[in-house]
Amino acid sequence: MDRALNQTYKVVTLLSALVIIAVIVGIFATLLYQSFPAIKAFGIFDFIFGTEWNPSTEVYNGGRPLLGTIITTILALSIAIPIAIGIAIFITELCPAILRQPVGTAIELLAAIPSIIYGMWGLFVFAPILERTIQPAIAFIFGSLPVIGSFFQVSYGGGANIFTTAMVLAVMVIPFIASITRDTFMQVPAVLKESAYGIGATKWEVIKDVVIPYSKAGTAGGIIIATGRALGETMAVAYVIDNRHGALESIFSPFTTITSVLANEFNEASGIHLSSLFFLALILFVANLLILSAAKYMLRGSIAK
Amino acid sequence: MDKALITVKDLNFFYGKHHALKNINMSVQKNKITSLIGPSGCGKTTLLRCFNRMHDLYPNNRYEGEIVMNGANILAPEADTIELRSSMGMVFQKPTPFPMSIADNIAYGPRLKGVKNKAILAEKVERALRQAALWDEVKDRLNSSANSLSGGQQQRLVIARALAVDPAVILFDEPTSALDPISTTKIEELMVELQDDVTILIVTHNMQQAARISNYTAFMYLGEIIEMDETNTIFTRPKVKMTEDYVMGRFG
Repeated sequence: MDRALNQTYKVVTLLSALVIIAVIVGIFATLLYQSFPAIKAFGIFDFIFGTEWNPSTEVYNGGRPLLGTIITTILALSIAIPIAIGIAIFITELCPAILRQPVGTAIELLAAIPSIIYGMWGLFVFAPILERTIQPAIAFIFGSLPVIGSFFQVSYGGGANIFTTAMVLAVMVIPFIASITRDTFMQVPAVLKESAYGIGATKWEVIKDVVIPYSKAGTAGGIIIATGRALGETMAVAYVIDNRHGALESIFSPFTTITSVLANEFNEASGIHLSSLFFLALILFVANLLILSAAKYMLRGSIAK
Repeated sequence: MDKALITVKDLNFFYGKHHALKNINMSVQKNKITSLIGPSGCGKTTLLRCFNRMHDLYPNNRYEGEIVMNGANILAPEADTIELRSSMGMVFQKPTPFPMSIADNIAYGPRLKGVKNKAILAEKVERALRQAALWDEVKDRLNSSANSLSGGQQQRLVIARALAVDPAVILFDEPTSALDPISTTKIEELMVELQDDVTILIVTHNMQQAARISNYTAFMYLGEIIEMDETNTIFTRPKVKMTEDYVMGRFG
């Protein structure tokens, strides 16, 4: 009896584990299958680099949504990384002991807020504030630069644009980077820090020369996980990017990303339009898979050390 | 005649409410090796870490009394701990190379002090590595990672790193307990050679080591110095019965 139970248990757990793999393979297969018409009609290269997205001529190229996804992600990360590392430094090295736990928990709670709430907050609260304050400031400072200046000029009214999207995404990914970075900072052996203090280093020099270099791999892993999040974030982005297929003029213009196209157009799409949306989803899926694998690999390196 | 470089006067130390060091009075002789021995938990490492105020890094630690070096009390709240620590190197139980190249490890201290000139840095690196008897083994790979060295080499690298800022004192906290016998011998020989340049204070669990290398030995028990004298005296004709029992291996 016991033995039979044992065997059943083994089979059930094995099946549960296999379901995960089956789901991933299933998603991939479905995306690939559904994308075939678009791949055949437009070609992989043209789809990735082409910029036309025109329902009336039935030409769908993913260049702009892809560019939008990449730009919002890079901007978001470049805002989030310094802030998140600053938070991790504060929590591990500077924070008074009584504040350490509450601050750490508060940051993790940020990650638990549903993304639609970030989207609504971004559109109705954050965007108008940015539109009145930071946008004009950046436009004033960088807007008159030669060549790249036009990227910083405000041409559209309304705060829903690439910049706002990046800011909202930054707020959303900060908890991931900050908490993983904090964990790797805490793994730095005390004697290593003491050795640097022992030579006469200041607190800042110890952080800069010992703590950060020692935790490079872990921090990079955290950043990559955050990249995956930012690439795939849908609801918040769909709210604040405004999903317009026009050319990229400025970081203050509405644009489009893979996820916002999917969220906005999937319901009404059919035929080659639908297939093109699947193709976009496939690109995002593969990119995310690669990025997460890279993160796993790097984090394993840091734990093995 | 030996000359006292550091004098400890009525030192008491507290970890929060725990009274870890009790009325410590001792002196450390210039260019000599002084060892602190005693059973685990007797406070010898705690005492060692008072000398470069390493305890300041953690909250709720408190000193009472004085440690006087060059006429100044290094425990005074206004004392510059950064300056103090660069004049007192510290070597730990396990080697602690920084995650950077061999040369950068050595140049780290001088760079903190503002030395930027490449030629001067290179010269300091070479001199420190020679002093630590490591130069011949690493001169062809100064730019490879310090983690590629063996444990014994890493420990000598850490000693070289401490030497590179010309410290007056080096504090050793059981520097050979994680090393094999051959590396241990090398480190011991090195310490004996180094006394011409620096004053050495060493915490050790290994009584033979204290007997082999040190000029003075302090025996500690439960946060107090039970007896301190020339090493020879401590090991052959100690005045206190407890010291004798300890060095004879009867307890501890």
